[in-house]
Amino acid sequence: MAILDSKVPEGPIKDKWTTYKDKINLVNPANKRHIDIIVVGTGLAGGSAAATLAELGYNVKAFAYQDSPRRAHSIAAQGGINAAKNYMGDGDSNYRLFYDTVKGGDYRSREANVYRLAEVSGNIIDQCVAQGVPFARDYGGLLDNRSFGGVLVSRTFYAKGQTGQQLLLGAYSAMNRQIARGKIDMYNRHEMLDVVVVNGSARGIIARNLITGEIERHSAHAVVIATGGYGNVYFLSTNAMGSNATAAWKIHKKGAFFANPCFTQIHPTCIPRTGDYQSKLTLMSESLRNDGRIWVPAKLDDAKALQEGRLKPTQIAEEDRDYYLERRYPAFGNLVPRDVASRAAKERCDAGYGVNATGEAVYLDFSSAIERYGKEQAKIHNIKSPSAAKVYELGKAIVEAKYGNLFQMYEKIVDENPYETPMMIYPATHYTMGGVWVDYNLMTTVPGLYCIGEANFSDHGANRLGASALMQGLADGYFVLPYTIGDYLSNEIRTGKIPTDSPEFDEAEKSVKDRIDFFVNNEGTNSVDYYHKKLGKIMWEKCGMSRNEKGLKEAIAEIKALRDEFWKEVKVPGGADELNPELEKAGRVADFLELGELFAMDALNRNESCGGHFREESVELDGEQKGEAKRNDTEYAYVSAWEFKGEPSDAVLHKEQLEFKDIELKQRSYK
Amino acid sequence: MNLTLKIWRQKDSKAKGQMVEYKVTDISEHMSFLEMMDVLNEGLVAKGEEPVAFDHDCREGICGMCSLQINGEAHGPDRGITTCQLHMRMFNDGDTIVIEPWRAAAFPVIKDLIVDRTAFERIQQAGGYISINTSGNTQDANAIPISKEAADKAMDAATCIGCGACVAACKNASAMLFTSAKVSQFALLPQGRVEATERVMNMVKQMDLEGFGNCTNTGACEIECPKGISLENIARMNREYLAASLAKS
Ligand code: FES
Repeated sequence: MAILDSKVPEGPIKDKWTTYKDKINLVNPANKRHIDIIVVGTGLAGGSAAATLAELGYNVKAFAYQDSPRRAHSIAAQGGINAAKNYMGDGDSNYRLFYDTVKGGDYRSREANVYRLAEVSGNIIDQCVAQGVPFARDYGGLLDNRSFGGVLVSRTFYAKGQTGQQLLLGAYSAMNRQIARGKIDMYNRHEMLDVVVVNGSARGIIARNLITGEIERHSAHAVVIATGGYGNVYFLSTNAMGSNATAAWKIHKKGAFFANPCFTQIHPTCIPRTGDYQSKLTLMSESLRNDGRIWVPAKLDDAKALQEGRLKPTQIAEEDRDYYLERRYPAFGNLVPRDVASRAAKERCDAGYGVNATGEAVYLDFSSAIERYGKEQAKIHNIKSPSAAKVYELGKAIVEAKYGNLFQMYEKIVDENPYETPMMIYPATHYTMGGVWVDYNLMTTVPGLYCIGEANFSDHGANRLGASALMQGLADGYFVLPYTIGDYLSNEIRTGKIPTDSPEFDEAEKSVKDRIDFFVNNEGTNSVDYYHKKLGKIMWEKCGMSRNEKGLKEAIAEIKALRDEFWKEVKVPGGADELNPELEKAGRVADFLELGELFAMDALNRNESCGGHFREESVELDGEQKGEAKRNDTEYAYVSAWEFKGEPSDAVLHKEQLEFKDIELKQRSYK
Repeated sequence: MNLTLKIWRQKDSKAKGQMVEYKVTDISEHMSFLEMMDVLNEGLVAKGEEPVAFDHDCREGICGMCSLQINGEAHGPDRGITTCQLHMRMFNDGDTIVIEPWRAAAFPVIKDLIVDRTAFERIQQAGGYISINTSGNTQDANAIPISKEAADKAMDAATCIGCGACVAACKNASAMLFTSAKVSQFALLPQGRVEATERVMNMVKQMDLEGFGNCTNTGACEIECPKGISLENIARMNREYLAASLAKS
């Protein structure tokens, strides 16, 4: 425990954050202008942090690999953002949001952090409305809320199906204001390739200008990493093509511990893969499960006929359909949490019941909803004994109003009309709960080096609830980091400008340049994607929705072998001093090839099933829960924090024991 | 299907570019347009040639990064979508497809199909924000009711993804649709009214400085906009601008 100090303040959970803020050291406004902060990544977490730090008076340098902060992948979040405003008067409170988040995360998150998250959630909404974020409103002009992800209250604020976009554009506008004031220097089309540590503290980064290829040195008194998750380790995921783990992995190699890499979220409602050329997967909002019923054929023959295109789903009689979620989980049915829904789909498809050519798809059917809504509407409009066509027409209008844009998106991709033919869905990697270990201050194990948003190991434990990612990103950036970083920087007011001509900068720059030189000069035979796809296949098959000791051990050996081959045989066309997307990918895949191994090691170490991490060895053996995931609190109620020691396989495990004082640990049950 | 591609290749911003012809074979109609480009590039890499550089990221029509002029149309032949959402089923076996970068003086080519859209950034920095501190010490979110109609309209304007298709589609390379979307969003909300005068003046001024052309109301931008941003926004910005000019004079 000596190394891993979570720095959680003393006192009752409800007062921790307030007391903490009252007591921390502050930086005098006149001194802030002598302090530089680097923020890498400008999504919700990085963008909001950069804007707020600049507004406080620090000099901020922000870095994004895209051509604008507005392109960060936070923009793709659809569903909404949670906040314990209790506008609906349905009994919501900070405690309830805290409780739901810890329970939903299967008791693998740090209580004090999660409580603080719930506490500041309301501020986020105030802030965003003041910024001009056009949240959905009711006819009285007040903010509308919906219930999301199977929780019992309506606390999700939304902006159509584009909540992430609107929140990001809000943070982007706040950044623009500071860029205009000269308080943020924005470096678009730049990628951080290493962090520079001087006398044990983070003092800058090495970045590559992606247009010219120039390698640049940037110094600062503190460095903030906000570069998102590592879902692309699977090659196929709902992440953007450029989403990568390089910044997080580089700081790991320079001393930041990496926590719970095996905690990844596989989202149940994505559009299935159609062929080997597939480059990414598209998520359909989870809200679809509120009205859609999930099924596969009950008979293997029917499944086979569907796979071969000889049968249409609408030709399968009601009694020949297996609504497996409703069958297995009568209490929650189609609304079971993401991890449960994903595994159940995989189980059916593995057993041969998949419904498309690849055998990896299940149906999400709206015909019952259309009928139910149609009948309801007929009643409301006083239509006596309406025809089936009328019921369909009325019901379809309601479904269209609720999910029209999603249906349209589906139709564009799959070329099938989901009002008439059930949608096909399959799970895909979506979010990574694991990430860089941080203490209560969001500081990593390297002084002056912070990590926020999805990039840190976060407040979501082993499973993230819907509409919580946006909340955490903005909480970290707007309301938590700006306080906690001040405490650290109060000791930096006399440091002065950090020089970039130190041996540490020389060395970091040299290693970056050497690696680039290697890539552009290596006379290999295979493209970067060739290796990325192979890695993705290992990860998906052996570290995917369901994991076991044998598979994980194989994965570790296979990834290592693949990495060795990569470093011999990878081929990168083009030069170092120009815009070179293949070179960018090469660096990112090289890091994924190391991270993947640590991921598998972590999954192997955690011989329990919790949240998104399902170990086949750890299931309930009998009783009502037979075959369901079994958590093991006696042995595994800890955060695994890995220390880098030269090779992924040499990593040393440190444990942060989790204490639950305000919540009683319970096994999840959705039966 | 088998296709002939005619693609603009340009080494960097200073080099002279040219159209180069490529063949791709066995393209599935279920592929997205950018997946077809991946197939082309994978082939080029295998042959030791430099792949075609193009911008893309989310590949789900929301980040606004992708940007191709396909057979003369911004984001290609389909409507209401971005290039990354375009599917090959829109094309036929044997087709020749012409692929160019956005063409506009304010969007110089960086390499091949990638253009520099930072002019858009500077327009946003000129006023695309509400001057509110991010400290969180603001009033309660429900303190000012906003009619559903205004909120919905503001949302419709706010869905702009900043891809630049409007500029590429316009014969004058005007950025009116882009600029007006942000001006409208804030003009429709009480929070945005406070600075409405300054905002519209500053954003329009920056837009002109960047070298975007004038709007002659051809409506091409609205047709090619993947998010259906309406011309109404341009009308609203013109009203705002007029009112602001009068207020200033
Ligand atoms: S790649 Fe994001 S909109 Fe096309």
